[in-house]
Amino acid sequence: MAKIKIPPVLRASVGGEREVSAGGENVGAVLAELVSAHPATGEQLFSADGELNRYVNVYLNDEDVRVLEGLDTPVGEADTLVILPAMAGGR
Amino acid sequence: MAVERLRNKPCGGRYGDIVQSIGNTPLVELPGLSPKPGVHIWAKLEGCNPTGSVKDRVARALIEDAEEQGALSPGQRVLEPTSGNTGIALAMICARKGYRLTVVLPDNVTPERKQLLEMYGAEVIASEGAKGSNGAVEKALELAASDSSWYMPYQYGNQANPGAHYNGTAVEITEQLDDVAAFVAGLGTGGTLMGCGRRLKETYSDAVKIVAAEPMPGEPVQGLRSLDEGFIPPIIDLSLLDRKIFVTNADAILFTRKLLREEGLFAGPSSGAVARVAVRIAEELDEGNVVFVVADDGWKYLSSGIYTRPLEELTDIDATVWW
Repeated sequence: MAKIKIPPVLRASVGGEREVSAGGENVGAVLAELVSAHPATGEQLFSADGELNRYVNVYLNDEDVRVLEGLDTPVGEADTLVILPAMAGGR
Repeated sequence: MAVERLRNKPCGGRYGDIVQSIGNTPLVELPGLSPKPGVHIWAKLEGCNPTGSVKDRVARALIEDAEEQGALSPGQRVLEPTSGNTGIALAMICARKGYRLTVVLPDNVTPERKQLLEMYGAEVIASEGAKGSNGAVEKALELAASDSSWYMPYQYGNQANPGAHYNGTAVEITEQLDDVAAFVAGLGTGGTLMGCGRRLKETYSDAVKIVAAEPMPGEPVQGLRSLDEGFIPPIIDLSLLDRKIFVTNADAILFTRKLLREEGLFAGPSSGAVARVAVRIAEELDEGNVVFVVADDGWKYLSSGIYTRPLEELTDIDATVWW
């Protein structure tokens, strides 16, 4: 099962945990299992059309999956998904 | 007789005033970072700009574009959200051109940034540090909405920002190297990556990979009530990127120290993050040139102790806005 790191803004939706585990062959499947186990995360992570909320970034280890294969990005057993809010960069 | 191409543009020359001297920065190979023969890593030294950062290019473009559009009148007040470098660059350029500048700045940036702003004559309004740059943007937009006499260049949404890189930074790179396998820069407003990405893809097609290094915001800075409070700079087009990789503040600082220790390069912490990603990309190549942008030097960060104190003593790494 892959690990998922939960940002502070979502922890209340997963019972306060910083990290949870979920199975799935790709990012979409892993997140679907997360939502299934913790339904309150669903409307924060996804919009009505099933796409990732535009203010949510999901990283496979340290790479943004939107620049890889999105929700179809393959996930291995040793991988970690990191969910982060979209923040304005500095400068 | 064929004229030999001048590869080394001197970081010098003669200019009518300091604003005109912006750009034409050196591209320096860092031979110690290369993972294998045939792969060359190059640093574009944007700290050589007059106020010490890549943002001199952007600030000049924002102001001159506004003047050309008739959006900015002599003596008008300029307002901008910034975590430092853009504000400092704008402060210098506004002082030269006769505009009054107000910047909105997170209150947890290093003190040197606030000092430089005030030295150049800018007024500083602090936003809540815990909200990071999101908070500065939010506050600046509120202020601009409340007073129409202010002109806000809004670097996050202004095409003059990437335009400065499309017309400047990237053109220089194509003159300094015959080919580029990868271009790595920090993702802040997105201007460098969008502007350089577009020009480099036009020049080298898909032979060049455009790679973003982004800060992983520490938990104290994330401070959002909901994910809908997030922010994506309007100028960012993710389809221009080939990779987007985050770097923790701790890793950025460690690599910044490596640059100083091993290459003699005194860079700001965002450059350590970018260089770390550049080396990773270089390791995946068999040959080619990897160019990364050193957005600023380390002077503004000396008081933070990131170059000298043990990492475990740096208690505010995650609560500080470094980029």
